Amino acid sequence: MFIKPRVRLVPDNTKIRFMRGRFMGLAVSAVLSIASVVLFFHPGLNLGIDFSGGVIMQVRTEGPADFNQIRAALAAEHIPEQGVQRFGDASEVLIRLGAQPGENGTQQAVARVRTALEKSVPGAKIVRTDAVGASVSKELFRNGLLALGISLLMILVYIWFRFEWQFAVGAVVTLILDVTKAIGFLAITRIEFDLVMVASILTIVGYSTNDKVVVYDRVRENLRKYKTMPLRDLIDLSINETLNRTLGTSMTVFLASLPLALFGGESISGFAWVMLFGIVVGTSSSIFIAAPILLLLGEHRLRRDAAAPPPKPATGKARPATPP
Amino acid sequence: MMYFSRLKTAVILGVCLLGLLLCVPNLMPAPVSWLPWRQVHLGLDLRGGSYLLLEVDMKAVIKERLDGLLDGVRQALRPGQIFYRTLEAQPDQNRILLRLRDPARTADAMAALQPLTASSVGASTPDLDLASNPDGTITLTLSPVALSARATSAVQQSIEIVRRRIDETGVVDPQIAQQGEGRIVVQLPGIEDPNRVKQLLGKTAHMTFRLVDETANPAGNGPPPPGDDYLPMQDNPAQKLAVRKRVDVDGADLTDARAGTNPQTNEWVVNFTFNTVGGRKFADITRANVNHRFAIVLDDKVISAPVIREPITGGRGQISGNFTAASANDLAVLLRAGALPAPLTVVEERSVGPELGADSIRAGAISLAVGFLLVVAFMAVFYGLFGWFANVCLLVNLILMLALMSLLEATLTLPGMAGILLTLGMAVDANILINERVREEQKNGRPPLAALEHGFTRAYSTIFDSNATAFLAHVMLFAFGSGPVRGFAVTITVGIVTTLFTAWMCTRLLVSRWYVATRPRLLPV
Repeated sequence: MFIKPRVRLVPDNTKIRFMRGRFMGLAVSAVLSIASVVLFFHPGLNLGIDFSGGVIMQVRTEGPADFNQIRAALAAEHIPEQGVQRFGDASEVLIRLGAQPGENGTQQAVARVRTALEKSVPGAKIVRTDAVGASVSKELFRNGLLALGISLLMILVYIWFRFEWQFAVGAVVTLILDVTKAIGFLAITRIEFDLVMVASILTIVGYSTNDKVVVYDRVRENLRKYKTMPLRDLIDLSINETLNRTLGTSMTVFLASLPLALFGGESISGFAWVMLFGIVVGTSSSIFIAAPILLLLGEHRLRRDAAAPPPKPATGKARPATPP
Repeated sequence: MMYFSRLKTAVILGVCLLGLLLCVPNLMPAPVSWLPWRQVHLGLDLRGGSYLLLEVDMKAVIKERLDGLLDGVRQALRPGQIFYRTLEAQPDQNRILLRLRDPARTADAMAALQPLTASSVGASTPDLDLASNPDGTITLTLSPVALSARATSAVQQSIEIVRRRIDETGVVDPQIAQQGEGRIVVQLPGIEDPNRVKQLLGKTAHMTFRLVDETANPAGNGPPPPGDDYLPMQDNPAQKLAVRKRVDVDGADLTDARAGTNPQTNEWVVNFTFNTVGGRKFADITRANVNHRFAIVLDDKVISAPVIREPITGGRGQISGNFTAASANDLAVLLRAGALPAPLTVVEERSVGPELGADSIRAGAISLAVGFLLVVAFMAVFYGLFGWFANVCLLVNLILMLALMSLLEATLTLPGMAGILLTLGMAVDANILINERVREEQKNGRPPLAALEHGFTRAYSTIFDSNATAFLAHVMLFAFGSGPVRGFAVTITVGIVTTLFTAWMCTRLLVSRWYVATRPRLLPV
């Protein structure tokens, strides 16, 4: 364990014919993504208050919380709650109010919940209040989508700049498929979609690109190395060669995220579960989606490029050709 | 590639040592004051506190400016005896509309109003557009430049007043800053229930002293006589009082206000002091109006309307009005801090209690420790000695991240802690790439040194590419995100920078030292 590695994650010299399953992989991915898009519209995402506007108050009670008592206390004050639910511990309660009319309405609702609890639920302590007005929630939503969209665009441009365009298109199409699946996951699990989730999805995007870049890098290198090998075999070879690395890094990020999901507390565990899901999706898409797309787009063009003398990358500035 | 000059080695070790030193301020207070003692701040979600986003009501700012202009228009038209049928402010269109009784006098009116457009001090462009329209009306429109200048000054002024009011509450280390066009961010560490602050900020606290019109009857149904307002009493809003529109003395002329008790009645009162100008005005008014009532008006509500018994010439006065100790004190605070130029609305609030924050820190720390150990174990099991090289670098990486964040005085949030953990998971990615590459090169028959050389060089271009994309994504998140999410973006971007350093420098240095010391015939990768 201290000097020589004992185990290999994947045995060396695997020769799995991944490209045989390319249509299968694309089809499964497409079906899942379409299902996710359907889920996105129905039942839709469970928007957190960052994006929907409204009020969330986390209450800590002495001993196990009496939900009916809290509901009654709110009803007595005519506060239209949208949910009183357990939040992790038995003594933690999350009270949720919908978007309130007018900017002052939100603040008044906070004050009313506070007085209602003080009056009718002795020992209850409000440990967290999030109140977001309608105008702010719209802005947060817009900015979140903007961040997501611009990131995708920048990644496209970057990969385009560093690789041939087929790689860039392959990467971004795969990323879009990944992101839609993450959104489908959010829709099914009813994990709240809020700003932290945007961060989570962006991290998945960054991580997944990272993964694709490694495979693509190897494809590009092999394109120069084996000038006559059919692209299909070449991609298979590249995936097999980088398999240990692809799975290894997924494992480490997975291991790093797992404790967050398990011990990170209610407010961050949703983030971590989405990350875990995204790592699995991102890793499999590097193998089963990004590579087949490259094969479809590059079947003729990439080979001709590589065969044309002198072997010069299309971008012209990528990096010096690999030594033999 | 695998050769390190003494200087280079020293620089790398120096950076690591510097990193270690930069972490120290997070562990202890500064021993001497002149040392730069920068440290990571805990976000409000971890230390507990309140975040309030306030919006300045720009419509009110415009309306006030237009109302002020109305007076100017009236005064400008009076000397020429130009009569008008309508004169009204239209805040929605940022303008004043004037319809003359005799359209033939439009030119006279335009000439009389001309001086108003040049009234702004120090501005090169007129802040008002004066125009006569084909339908016989005259409009005075605020120019966009003037509007934005006014908005900027309203926000600046509001920030100042907000700061003064919050300082009065004794909150330690509040942070107040402008955000965007017309918003103000207030961060109050340690404040779990920002109710009192919200109450203090919820009033513009514009106080005026005006005479009461004793001839008018506010109980009637008719509109108030020209020059009067019917204002509700503070204690009993149903009861109204006819108050002159003309402001005799403004709250801006106050220099001090303190809560106290009246020794005769034992009631809570607010004692105030005027500056010289205010004192003189107040003396003149009270001298001329003995035995008449004057009203003390706060935000269009009458606090009290006492009868003037004798001229008040000392520049001091007292407000009574059924105060409690708390409300008298609050009013004194508001008067001392000054009036807000426009009402503020809380559009976003996030408050976290310190115990929840402590829970989050604990949960984050446990996750961090477990995640670190899992990653270390993984690397040790699957990569042996080279895995341990990676683990040492992982520790260096963690230290450098903390150092860089301290240097930037960045804010650590709960998502930020998640970001650190993810960085740890992704940082060893670089080492895995290197190890796999070196292993492959060796398998292809290269001798150890050449395998290392090639492995590092080739892996590094991949490492750079893969990190660059993640870097771009998180810079965007920082640009567009807010609050705790920005903390996440900060830790990840900082982590990417440190990862590039440790993967390129530290790992290589470790491996080269080890190689020089042992000269192995086969690399244990």
